[in-house]
Amino acid sequence: MFWKFKPSVDFSGGSVWELNLPSQPDRPKIDQVFTSQNIKLSSFSQNQTVYLLKFENITSDQKVSLQQQLQKLDPDLKEQRFETLGPLLGRELLKKTIYAIVLASLFLLVFIGTRFHDFTFGLSAILAMLHDALILVGSFSILGRFFNAEVDSLFVTALLTTLSASVHDTVVTFDRIRELKRQLSKLNWVELANAAITETIVRSLNNSMTIIFMLTSLVVLGGATTRWFAVALLIGVICGTYSSFAVAIPLVLFWKRKK
Amino acid sequence: MANLSTQTRNIFWTIVGFVFIAVIINLPETIPVKIHFQKINWEHTFYRPNLNFKLGPLNFSQKYDLKYGLDLAGGASLLFEVDTSKVPADSISSATESLKTNIERRVNLFGISEANVQLSRENERYRLIVELPGITQLDQAVSLIGKTAQLTFRGETEIAPEATASATFADVFSEDTGINGSHLVISQVQINPNTGKPEVGLEFNQEGSQLFAAATKKFLNKRIGIFLDDMPISIPFVETEIPDGRAVINGSFDLPSAKALSAQINAGALPLPIRLVQQTYIGPTLGKDAIDKGVKAGLVGLFLVCLFMIANYGKLGLIADVSLLIYGLTTLTLYRLIPVTLTFSGVVGFILSVGMAVDSNILIFERLREEIRRGRGWNNAMELGFGRAWDAIKDANACTIITGFILFNPFNWSFLNSSGMVRGFAVTLILGIVVSVFTGVVVTRNLLRVFAREKLTVLATPKHP
Repeated sequence: MFWKFKPSVDFSGGSVWELNLPSQPDRPKIDQVFTSQNIKLSSFSQNQTVYLLKFENITSDQKVSLQQQLQKLDPDLKEQRFETLGPLLGRELLKKTIYAIVLASLFLLVFIGTRFHDFTFGLSAILAMLHDALILVGSFSILGRFFNAEVDSLFVTALLTTLSASVHDTVVTFDRIRELKRQLSKLNWVELANAAITETIVRSLNNSMTIIFMLTSLVVLGGATTRWFAVALLIGVICGTYSSFAVAIPLVLFWKRKK
Repeated sequence: MANLSTQTRNIFWTIVGFVFIAVIINLPETIPVKIHFQKINWEHTFYRPNLNFKLGPLNFSQKYDLKYGLDLAGGASLLFEVDTSKVPADSISSATESLKTNIERRVNLFGISEANVQLSRENERYRLIVELPGITQLDQAVSLIGKTAQLTFRGETEIAPEATASATFADVFSEDTGINGSHLVISQVQINPNTGKPEVGLEFNQEGSQLFAAATKKFLNKRIGIFLDDMPISIPFVETEIPDGRAVINGSFDLPSAKALSAQINAGALPLPIRLVQQTYIGPTLGKDAIDKGVKAGLVGLFLVCLFMIANYGKLGLIADVSLLIYGLTTLTLYRLIPVTLTFSGVVGFILSVGMAVDSNILIFERLREEIRRGRGWNNAMELGFGRAWDAIKDANACTIITGFILFNPFNWSFLNSSGMVRGFAVTLILGIVVSVFTGVVVTRNLLRVFAREKLTVLATPKHP
């Protein structure tokens, strides 16, 4: 089941306008202003005096006329935020993001492969990482459908951070395997893996708890603008942790067994 | 502290000294202290001590404020696409450079400190990024900056006397001299040394000078109209031929009107047309609101983390908390000293890195527990714990740094992101990791060695069998 993303202005192009209108004019009046200027209002949300309007990409002349009309509705209008973006730029952002992910994956693959003298480790780490990314992306698809969560450039940052956090955690677990192998080389891979997981799981969980505390605090107390960013990071970090032993290790064992 | 090695002792006192300086740098300018407790009424305002001194070639001055990016301080960011299609390929780079200079001049008219104009290139597409922190009249700025006014110089032609009454400017000044904005290098206000009156100077480039020489010859004793988008802004008489491309317009100017004319002439000299493709405006209150919320969230999160550490690791947790606080302090100090421009995502990056900073400590502590469980003595366990944990710390953090670098895009590779927001996050993340490795390893280790030498049997009992 694939719900589509809710791409924000950053990707699809368009405008976002956050206004403070103390007299709280009702929606039909705002709609009228936009239709009179021939601009389609694609989304409208109101929280008491704060209005969040989304519409297509406009020129600055159009904006000036819109603002004049709206000011007639409420002379105490205050502009909090305005962004407008052409669609070309949005596509660029997407492209650049994908490049970043690919590049990061390559570098990490090489780095981990070299440090652990075993490319299956590198491969498993990357796959675990991409798995986390997929879950994050998928969950935002769902969140977008139900909660209007948006995919913007901050989300992209969250995505990339998730990748690095996931790898971070996976590497620590791998490190334990590496060390155990040095000490107890008689054990086969499965036993090694078991031992490693048992020893590191406590630390892993503790680690994530601290990050989760900080992020939860940000989700709850931080402003609305960072909320989805923090949620994305939260999902990413939780995934990153469990993927280290639930995904990366089984993958390594899978490769090893094929030999 | 008797049986500590000299090295450990030195490091300890260095850390203490460093923290002291850091606290001073981070203090707000004035610290009002009010104590109203029963009968004691005491009010005094402390001022931050002056830290102005020279240390060899280094200069320390007191102004270390946090720099806020556009989205926190409020302001506008404009992105223009530059149309280079009408210019031959080899003169594109000089044209874009003069475009940048021209826009900078326009921006300076608004007197915004820290305004920033940048050129960027994406394969064949050239872009102009204009940042105006703190501006409140966005639309005014956009209309001035974005206007591709066409500057033309047109000569006066003869008109039959009957038609003079109904003649428009276009009729009178119908001879195009061929000189336009791209020929103008700069227009500046000068004070005539003889009369002491302000004049508007014009300087043309080589091609422009030749055209101007021809024009002044042709229209000698007549007028040349200077038009901005078909609106005349000045119609001076040609008094002499001007072969060298440097001219002055003099007349009854006072300084403000001379400046205005000069600005207008400069404004018209855009060598390349530009088109606004993106604008972002953040009102000032929004930014402050975001900062407040971020700080609150950070403090609460920090508090929870500290509690967690103490609950889990007892007294050692306390040491980790101190180490964490030192981490926060160090990072903030570095933000002020480097300086790092904080954006929204940068603040989030910082909050995240605080959570990660504890990471190294946890790695060390867990190792410590293990070694003790294996029966080693305390001090031995401590040293072994450090050694073993360091491997994991090293590799794991290196991976995060790699990702951080790619986000930061230091070489400005065009296929990677170079937006301020993503970069702001990358900077705080990378900085956070580097500092956290330092505090997690060096500081924690040192503090442990100084304060935790005795056997703390509380910790020796494993909590998670």
